[in-house]
Amino acid sequence: MATEILMPALSPTMEEGTLAKWLVKEGDQVASGDVIAEIETDKATMEFEAVDEGVMGRILVPEGTEGVKVNAPIAVLVAEGEDAAAVPEAAPAADAAAEAAPAGSSETAAPPAQPITPVVPNEPDIPAGTEMKPTTVREALRDAMAEEMRADPTVFVMGEEVAEYQGAYKVTQGLLDEFGDKRVIDTPITEHGFAGLGVGAAFGGLKPIVEFMTFNFAMQAMDHIVNSAAKTLYMSGGQMGAPMVFRGPNGAAARVAAQHSQDYAAFYSSIPGLKVAMPYSAADAKGLLKTAIRDPNPVIFLENEILYGRSFDVPVMDDFTVPFGKARVWREGSDVTIVSFGIGMTYALEAADALAQDGIAAEVIDLRSLRPMDTGTVVQSVMKTNRCVTVEEGWPVASIGNHISAVLMQEAFDYLDAPVINCTGKDVPMPYAANLEKLALVTTAEVIKAVRAVTYR
Amino acid sequence: MAARKTTKKPNVSKDELLHYYREMLMIRRFEEKAGQLYGMGLIGGFCHLYIGQEAVVVGLEAAANEGDKRVTSYRDHGHMLACGMDPKGVMAELTGREGGYSKGKGGSMHMFSKDRHFYGGHGIVAAQVPIGAGLAFADRYLDNGRVTFTYFGDGAANQGQVYETYNMAKIWDLPVVFVIENNQYAMGTSVKRATKSPSLWERGAAYGIPGEEVDGMDVLAVKEAGDKAVAHCRAGKGPYILEIKTYRYRGHSMSDPAKYRTREEVQKMREERDPIEGVRQILLTGNHATEDELKGIDKEIKEIVNAAAEFSKESPEPALDELWTDIYAEAG
Ligand SMILES: Cc1ncc(C[n+]2csc(CCOP(=O)(O)OP(=O)(O)O)c2C)c(N)n1
Ligand SMILES: [Mg+2]
Repeated sequence: MATEILMPALSPTMEEGTLAKWLVKEGDQVASGDVIAEIETDKATMEFEAVDEGVMGRILVPEGTEGVKVNAPIAVLVAEGEDAAAVPEAAPAADAAAEAAPAGSSETAAPPAQPITPVVPNEPDIPAGTEMKPTTVREALRDAMAEEMRADPTVFVMGEEVAEYQGAYKVTQGLLDEFGDKRVIDTPITEHGFAGLGVGAAFGGLKPIVEFMTFNFAMQAMDHIVNSAAKTLYMSGGQMGAPMVFRGPNGAAARVAAQHSQDYAAFYSSIPGLKVAMPYSAADAKGLLKTAIRDPNPVIFLENEILYGRSFDVPVMDDFTVPFGKARVWREGSDVTIVSFGIGMTYALEAADALAQDGIAAEVIDLRSLRPMDTGTVVQSVMKTNRCVTVEEGWPVASIGNHISAVLMQEAFDYLDAPVINCTGKDVPMPYAANLEKLALVTTAEVIKAVRAVTYR
Repeated sequence: MAARKTTKKPNVSKDELLHYYREMLMIRRFEEKAGQLYGMGLIGGFCHLYIGQEAVVVGLEAAANEGDKRVTSYRDHGHMLACGMDPKGVMAELTGREGGYSKGKGGSMHMFSKDRHFYGGHGIVAAQVPIGAGLAFADRYLDNGRVTFTYFGDGAANQGQVYETYNMAKIWDLPVVFVIENNQYAMGTSVKRATKSPSLWERGAAYGIPGEEVDGMDVLAVKEAGDKAVAHCRAGKGPYILEIKTYRYRGHSMSDPAKYRTREEVQKMREERDPIEGVRQILLTGNHATEDELKGIDKEIKEIVNAAAEFSKESPEPALDELWTDIYAEAG
């Protein structure tokens, strides 16, 4: 009996991959557990083991094929003695897989083929005519760290799996090779300990970059982030502080459930003494991280696993930085202001595209840093549009959206033609089930609905 | 590692051996199936398989009494099967369906069963350690003679809360067995790179807690150590530490390329120290069972696992209003 071997899902966010190499040929005997192929996922090259035993009847997808969808048949295994030639050619992999996306895939996980570019290229930090290079957020973050480490020998990176493993999400890829184990340091699983140690190292004259494998685990270290890092400058009457960066992926990934899916944007933004940045694009990831490393204060730098693989244009410049407290207008419009940051921008921009087709012109603002926050740009925009919708992945109570609403009420009350609507994640822990997870997250449809509500259209 | 040294202890019956064989094989086949369903996209997120470590939970469950408790990390499928939870309910939780132990809301890393005294399923490394001591605190408070098995990894053993817990557990002589499942790696970090302590169990000495190292690829050795630890706890002498040397054959989770160790290292362990193969050999060489009998068991287990997989595919996704339930308990 012939058994189809299907392209496996090998990571929570994988939807397609490259069949890098076949390690067996047609006619080879295969036992369960044998490595039959190497597959490149969004994160790594993985060995793919056979589950069933038999003889490799036919290889349907040749090695080197990119973009093979999860669950597409890639080979056919036959029983011993069975005629491999009798196995019919399968339909081309791409078609066969069309409806077979994994249950857990979030619609937003697939990296778009083209870099995402703003409609309004109003970046004042980039001189006109600068060459742009498509770069993933992951690469941009790595480049930022590498550049700052080259420039300042007191900058070092510390965290779980950052060195030899090249980063759990491959953000620190190559740093160990370039900077050695004095400056790229694997820690034991001791978040409270190494966060505190990082604070001490900062007091002692170094500039630590502390990576949390994800920000969910920074909760173990919360005391040092808040009580030690954020407050010491004040408590010492300005004598000493903690110039350092706490960084890592934040927010929901895909199907990793309640303890691993939480957006800490509002959490950290409420703490005086901390600065908080949360980039969306690769250029901002790079420019803001460089600013964060140079900043003389503790900076919480919130990244996103789903954004890591997305590609954006990044300016090719010797020293490109993005200042804190300066929002970026991605799209101009006169009917409504949509304010977002981080992965929320995905929904904001998708909604703006869809609304434009119905003649509603949305102005989309990416806050980029949350503390300090560029509320001035938001207020200016709302004075023009008279309506505002905020978008974030975090919970609704005491959210960033709540804060913006309060600012608008105080500073632009007379300009508002409708109450501000906050689009947020639902007020529940993140469920695992695919259908519930989808409901728990904020969606583009919800943003569109909110815009229609505030514009009465 | 040395060649197989498992020998049948004189006091181990055929039934007991067959029980171990069956239980370990169940976990192995279940996990292989879970790996397959993950590859097909039916299971999402993180999925940490227990393949290679089966003797640990099977040996310790054999030392437990009804009513004893257990708590562990995200690598929890084996613990749940070994303590008598239904493979169907576990697999359906992995696929995120209504028929799962947490109605599909917890997933692979977060399952619980009050009935079977299984307290999770915890995603934060080492968080289960003080929780386990807390369960034991309640048992001592209620004076019910129960023991709690608190499982954690070699990586977790470096978290500070473990030592805060050791200290409290000994001050109050809590009936808790701390089970360190030392599978030699914490994700990509080998034990040797994470600590300079020559052994993990000896750290208990600083708090006055006895313990020992156990060969975790030998289910009989695990059972024997478990008996001793449980007797210590039940006698009111407080906590006990078992550092069980084991090995995970698969990557840390489904998405780990496992470049930090060689294929040969894994292969050698599989060939020379496999816990299931070990019991199988004792059964066959001691003439306790024939190849055919064991094949019969294999087949039986395959059917149970297939039925669990079927159930996990057929069970519907949770109703949409489940999103809003179980956030708060109703005040009585
Ligand atoms: C506090 C915390 N930090 C980091 C992680 C990410 N993480 C998950 S499992 C793991 C390795 C744990 O290794 P070990 O304790 O040896 O258990 P094993 O996975 O080998 O069973 C890490 C670093 C986490 N879940 N929680
Ligand atoms: Mg381990």
